Amino acid sequence: MDYHFNFSYIWRHFDRLLYGLALSLELALVSIGIGMIIGLLLALVYVESGKTIRFFVASYVELIRNSPLLLLVYLIFYGIPSIGWFQYSATTSFIVTLSIYSGAYLVEVFRSGLASVPEGLIDAGKAIGMKPWQRLISIRIPTMFRIILPALSNTYISLFKDTSIASVIAVPELMYGAQWINFNTFRIIEVYAVITPMYLVTGYLILLSLRQVEKKFAI
Amino acid sequence: MSHPLIQIKNLYKSFGDTEVLKGVSIDINRGEVVSIIGPSGSGKTTLLRCINVLTKYDKGSIKIDNVEIGYTNDDEDYRKERSENQLSEFRAELGMVFQLFYLFPHLTSLENVMLGLRKVRKLSKVKAVDQAKYWLQRVGLTDKINSLPSEMSGGQQQRVGIARAVAMDPKVLLLDEITSALDPELVGEVLEVVQKLVEDGMTMIIVTHEMSFASDVSNRIVFMDQGKIEIDGSPSEIFDSKNERLNTFLARIKK
Amino acid sequence: MEAALSSLPYLMDGLLVTLQVTLLVVVFATIIGVILGVGISYGPLWLRILVRIFSDFIRGIPVLVLIFFVYYGLPAIGINMETFTAAVVALSIFKISHVIENTRGAIQSIHHGQMEAGQAIGLNFHERLIYIIFPLALRRFLPPWINSVADTAKGSALVSLIGVVDLMLAMQKVIGRTYDAMPVYIVGLIIYFIINYCLSLSSRKLEAKYAYIKE
Ligand SMILES: Nc1ncnc2c1ncn2[C@@H]1O[C@H](COP(=O)(O)OP(=O)(O)O)[C@@H](O)[C@H]1O
Ligand SMILES: [Mg+2]
Repeated sequence: MDYHFNFSYIWRHFDRLLYGLALSLELALVSIGIGMIIGLLLALVYVESGKTIRFFVASYVELIRNSPLLLLVYLIFYGIPSIGWFQYSATTSFIVTLSIYSGAYLVEVFRSGLASVPEGLIDAGKAIGMKPWQRLISIRIPTMFRIILPALSNTYISLFKDTSIASVIAVPELMYGAQWINFNTFRIIEVYAVITPMYLVTGYLILLSLRQVEKKFAI
Repeated sequence: MSHPLIQIKNLYKSFGDTEVLKGVSIDINRGEVVSIIGPSGSGKTTLLRCINVLTKYDKGSIKIDNVEIGYTNDDEDYRKERSENQLSEFRAELGMVFQLFYLFPHLTSLENVMLGLRKVRKLSKVKAVDQAKYWLQRVGLTDKINSLPSEMSGGQQQRVGIARAVAMDPKVLLLDEITSALDPELVGEVLEVVQKLVEDGMTMIIVTHEMSFASDVSNRIVFMDQGKIEIDGSPSEIFDSKNERLNTFLARIKK
Repeated sequence: MEAALSSLPYLMDGLLVTLQVTLLVVVFATIIGVILGVGISYGPLWLRILVRIFSDFIRGIPVLVLIFFVYYGLPAIGINMETFTAAVVALSIFKISHVIENTRGAIQSIHHGQMEAGQAIGLNFHERLIYIIFPLALRRFLPPWINSVADTAKGSALVSLIGVVDLMLAMQKVIGRTYDAMPVYIVGLIIYFIINYCLSLSSRKLEAKYAYIKE
């Protein structure tokens, strides 16, 4: 145990870590944005459709939820271009993956959210003569969002942590920055001593701000 | 315009195997206030919900202004259920206030009242705000315009519920035990609002357990029991009635 | 596709490693996690604080950071582990934090009244724990626990990144030989799906079976 700490190398390359952190946040934000659109649309389709369509939506959800994220990352980055479908940058590929991934989780979140909108509220909308789609837009969806906010916060934080997996396809997010410094300086302990608090503090700040949002919109 | 506003004939409704309405018939005229009393489970809520087609009735007929509301065809054997969009148009003409308020939790009281005016009546924002403010003032909530339901007492919430319904200028107002979920000290403020609407000449069907209120404001009181209308008469007729079930019921709720 | 099928035995070897990692992690994490979970519910203040810090810390960082730190970082301070050991250690630490929360949640969900009822019929604290709290808590504990077993199976794919030849790395190696990625990924997807789906299905069954506990 005669390890000598030397952080000077880390500070020299600190901008890589800062950039990486910003990219991690961005990856999570963009993916959850797209994931929410996928999730909401499919949840609505699921709620309003018959058996066959429900089966397809459920298949997507179950397939994705039961696969390792790492495998999906590989499949979309290496697999799909290999059969000549699409070519895209690693970052784009990861955003696609994380969107599809979060979308599957969010279908479930939205579906159960829609199901827990009190029947009485929908009746109240009917009673003032609102049409089905008006009730959906003005009552069911806004109420649903307030119900699922805590689950949404948790999803966002866990996606933020999942962005570390993008490092395996060389997307220069925080984890990748850390590995780059590792390979080039071998100050491994110092790197972890720096990025661990970066993940923790950022995650905690996200949590705090989302709790504020939850409080504001609590019903 | 000589026909009654609401004509209900021989109405039946079952939930699965339990028959809840067993041939209910009643007419209600414009400007009339009719209270419905009766033991819990006798089908009062179901009857109100059928009038608003929140619940579809199985047999019989409900006409408002001479139009069958739940079905497109008069002939009972061949009639077709109306679409949700059509039903929405009928419901816009009927106001309903619920026992548990059911205010939209994400909207302020002003927005709660405005929603129907904007989306259904298609009023301009300025007009909708004006009308919503007028009705909130009528129910005594001028200072609560920007409050969310979660920031109001039960009595205040229920008054918003009333404002939301009457702002639509309905042909008839359906009130389903609107004070039952309230703390006793809040009942008065809500009944006062209803009293004022009665004085305005609003047509109303009031399901209630507040007997003295019912006898004060009603032209008629209807006693329902086990899915049927037992007695239909003026308040004095009801309270002088020798009907055994009615008297058991009245004795029970006095306690 | 043929290449993928002919390499199936090799993938099965990988699957075996995935299952071994999963099994070991689940056993360690369950034993230690439950002990710490009871500790955080009933232990002295210092223990509760320590466990809380540990759990929040571990759940706050990506698993990948944990895996790399254990495998690449610890040797720098003289702790060397083989890839397999490092994988099991890292994933266990991660899973322990989740089992702690599981256990705490299950214990907390037991109605206070049931503890008091136990008191009333003259059971002491330990007897109340063993005869009343644990049996009830177990029913609450099981479904999320099975879910987390499923999570472990699929989360363990990350250990391929430090060179454990699990199903994931076996797939990568096959692809390296055959240059035909898609069929292998699809076979892998199906295998992971079957394992996880069976586990989450049984979790849902259990949940439904014990639904009556939710008063
Ligand atoms: N949606 C429903 N599904 C099944 N049964 C119902 C439903 N709504 C009401 N009922 C039953 O119908 C009966 C009458 O209910 P209701 O109209 O609410 O009575 P009241 O309002 O007079 O108390 C009750 O036995 C109730 O359980
Ligand atoms: Mg009722």
